[in-house]
Amino acid sequence: MAGLITPAAGAAHTRISGVGAYRPRRVVPNSEIVDAIDSSDEWIQERSGIKTRYRAEDGESVVEMSEAASRDAIEMAGLQPSDIDAVIVATVTHPYQTPAAAPDLAHRLGLSNPAAFDISAACAGYCHGISLASDMVRGGSARHVLVVGVERLSDFTSPTDRGTAFIFGDGAGAAIVSPSDTPGIGPTVWGSEGDKWDVIAQNDSWVEVRDGDLGWPTIGMQGQSVFRWAVWGMAPVAQKALDAAGITADQLDAFIPHQANVRIIDAMCKQLKMPEHVVVARDIVETANTSAASIPLATERLLREGLVPRGGLALQIGFGAGLVYAAQVVVLP
Amino acid sequence: MAQSEQEILAGLAEIVNEETGLDPETVQSDKAFTDDLDIDSLSMMTIVVNAEEKFGVRIPDDEVKNLRTVGDAVSFIQSNQS
Repeated sequence: MAGLITPAAGAAHTRISGVGAYRPRRVVPNSEIVDAIDSSDEWIQERSGIKTRYRAEDGESVVEMSEAASRDAIEMAGLQPSDIDAVIVATVTHPYQTPAAAPDLAHRLGLSNPAAFDISAACAGYCHGISLASDMVRGGSARHVLVVGVERLSDFTSPTDRGTAFIFGDGAGAAIVSPSDTPGIGPTVWGSEGDKWDVIAQNDSWVEVRDGDLGWPTIGMQGQSVFRWAVWGMAPVAQKALDAAGITADQLDAFIPHQANVRIIDAMCKQLKMPEHVVVARDIVETANTSAASIPLATERLLREGLVPRGGLALQIGFGAGLVYAAQVVVLP
Repeated sequence: MAQSEQEILAGLAEIVNEETGLDPETVQSDKAFTDDLDIDSLSMMTIVVNAEEKFGVRIPDDEVKNLRTVGDAVSFIQSNQS
């Protein structure tokens, strides 16, 4: 007779038990960007809301920034590094095709040989990671999962591209997903629209870079198409995430969308008829668009500045290259 | 039923006014969205989406760059209304 497999036993519910952030040392104001794109501080602020961004330097690699953010998240969660048994790093700018950033990060943190892997879901990477982590804890394949969103976009940004030079920034945000007595992470509404694969993309493949005379690859973006998709395509996704969680916008404390562009954030709020009392994350003004890192960075800022209560309800939505998206309601740690 | 040029122009002027605050009277057929009305690419997209809804037409992203003047937009909407 065939043996019966013992199933994994998971937690009934999950929550985010801690967050952490790392912003690079060097602050770059618009005045340092404008000459190369024949622009002005006013032009950049009008189109994006961005005043400054952080740019990583030596000692601020994808893994080094992740390590700093992760240590803060583990501490906030009240855990020891040895409690973490899985690590998910969401990034598109780890500069190695292989190996992934996550095992190196786990080793630097002194973790006990956890499952460790990277995911590529661009600006939606963090929300994808939270979804995976929550399912892993509920499914019994991990108990405490470290989720990191990290980017060094400055390595893949053309300083002369008027569509992106001022948009992108560097940084790392981390969260711990843990078991919970009550639901702390709502159902994820996610998906992809691969027909728009080229709307935000590295301009040449690695093979084309090798075989051609193309120079270093950078990330390009069709801004108008992204704007239309992000506002009118993603507001309904955000609403679905609220509906799936059985939460109304009135009950939210915070709305933490991917920090793509202030104009996108404002237009999304209008589409969602976001109530006045809901605090809307606008970390983009100082931190610019840090892709996978933007939501945890914005979350950490809202909590640190006391703008939202610990234990409050937040709607978070990531959307970006792929095109891909993911949204969920979470209880703030 | 297709609307007249004047009706589309008036409707478009309302949409532009809502997005930018510009006096609807200034939204005339010969005016260029960017050069004359100072409408940037993201506001243009908002106007396009609102125009799609108001006039029941589909304006693809690739078509938006061809709509240089208000008159271009009115013509496109009129010829694509069912």
